[in-house]
Amino acid sequence: MPQPPSATTLSARSLTRRFGAHTAVSSIDLELKRGEVLGFLGPNGAGKTTTMQMLTGNLAPTEGSVAICGIDLLEQPTAAKSKLGYLPETPPLYRELNVDEYLMLAAKLHRVPHAVRKAAVAKAKERCGLTEVGRKLIAHLSKGYQQRVGIAQAIVHEPDVVIMDEPTVGLDPHQIRGIRALIRELGSSHSVILSTHILPEVEAVCDRVHIMHHGRFVYGDTITALKQIHSGRIMLLGLKRPPPLGELQSVGGLAAVERLDDHHFRVQFETRDDAVDAVIAQCVARDWGLYQLAPAQSSLEDVFVNLTRREEEQVPAG
Amino acid sequence: MIVTIAGKELKTLFASPLAWLVLTVLQFVLGYVFLKRLDDFLQIQPQLIQLASPPGVTEMVAAPMFALAAIVLLFAVPLLAMRVIAEERRNQTMVLLLSAPVSIAEIVVGKFLGLLVFLLIIIALISLMPLSLAATTQLDYGLLASMLLGLILLATNFAAVSLYVSSLTAQPMAAALGAFAALLAMILMGETAGDSLRARAWDIPAALVQVFSPLKNFEPLGKGVVDTAVIACFLLLTVMFLILTVRRLDAQRVRG
Repeated sequence: MPQPPSATTLSARSLTRRFGAHTAVSSIDLELKRGEVLGFLGPNGAGKTTTMQMLTGNLAPTEGSVAICGIDLLEQPTAAKSKLGYLPETPPLYRELNVDEYLMLAAKLHRVPHAVRKAAVAKAKERCGLTEVGRKLIAHLSKGYQQRVGIAQAIVHEPDVVIMDEPTVGLDPHQIRGIRALIRELGSSHSVILSTHILPEVEAVCDRVHIMHHGRFVYGDTITALKQIHSGRIMLLGLKRPPPLGELQSVGGLAAVERLDDHHFRVQFETRDDAVDAVIAQCVARDWGLYQLAPAQSSLEDVFVNLTRREEEQVPAG
Repeated sequence: MIVTIAGKELKTLFASPLAWLVLTVLQFVLGYVFLKRLDDFLQIQPQLIQLASPPGVTEMVAAPMFALAAIVLLFAVPLLAMRVIAEERRNQTMVLLLSAPVSIAEIVVGKFLGLLVFLLIIIALISLMPLSLAATTQLDYGLLASMLLGLILLATNFAAVSLYVSSLTAQPMAAALGAFAALLAMILMGETAGDSLRARAWDIPAALVQVFSPLKNFEPLGKGVVDTAVIACFLLLTVMFLILTVRRLDAQRVRG
């Protein structure tokens, strides 16, 4: 069924989930188009997994609705689920089956027609690098291979939307590269949502990113925009003869200064283009002995803390 | 889809040592009892012949064996059923079924049928023992069929109740013990309450208790009396617990 490439494959409206008094996810809106890879970033307990469980029909939302390719997940669960592939945090593997048996079962459950079932399993195995372990028991596979079987299970029926909860956990760097390439490939024809803690992973595979915090989306933008936020603006400044903190904070061009030790500061530049030039010029003019100016380690935490802080300063959205 | 799930249950069951262990132990215990009973029968046969209508080999050997098989199933079914839902939940493999385009009713019926087919294999192996006498003596096939029907219906009841208890917890051991306790409670209730209620002519409570007393309902079938009311009781209990299981799994999706 050829559909226009811009067709919306998944949309969620004001999705909310409460566990008793605790609100795990609060009114999330989400729209996903064909050929898009969306990353969920966030610390543990941010509500990523809960959101994914709701998007896949494993958990009923307290409020809100989910539609997969226009089919309401709550009203027509069977029809909607046939367009979904889901890899949960713990891959749902039957350890007593071998890889071929297991993938055949997954294909049958997802109503892959009998005539093409073998071919579908072979294709999924090839995509996930499982061709050689087809006859091995899943229980005897290493963690990385088990993870790949989990991914194969999610894509064997060529779903329109693939949802993966931390797909690269437990893989070695080489396998991670392979899986990322696979996700990119899937993203060209399907829609993919993946959750992760790893920022480079988002940068490597995603088109768009949503950062979750306390069950809400605190940030949502394209990956290019995210890169700009955390690269270039936050830097490590090393001074041989540093002035008092107050004096440094008053320097034009710096938005924020944080002292790390006697000689090192984490500085955030203002957004204007000549901010870095202005700061360097002042450091030299005042003879502070500038010897280091390097991009700060761009950890997820940096971005994350930054974004949540900014969110709280603004009027709370929603 | 139901067949797929039932097939998967059977396949994973036979891939685990538990199924083979249960089959082995059952065959060993019942085989011993069968031979012992047969031996006793052969010893007292000369005296039996002097009676006006002597009990046959089916009555003397097969009937007690089927009665014992019923008790053995009481232990075996909860053990087999614990893995069907509780263990899947503990291993978090239930997600595969819940994310697939399959309704919860299909999942439950598929799992139930998978379990039932395994129990039918056990029952078939048990029936082969008395049937092996067919070559040398005249068997009472009517009585045999009635006992067989009784054992199958009993197995469906045990399976449905155990499946429901299995859906209540993610601890397989708790599921097995819970199912055993539930079945035992039902049997004890049938033994004690049923008769006293009927003695006081409280028909409706007595009928309700009868639905919940599978072993009591097995008794007439074990004697060769095929009573449709009894069969209805068996089916009612089975359907009821299957519906409860579906509702329970659905509630888990809502409550998380």
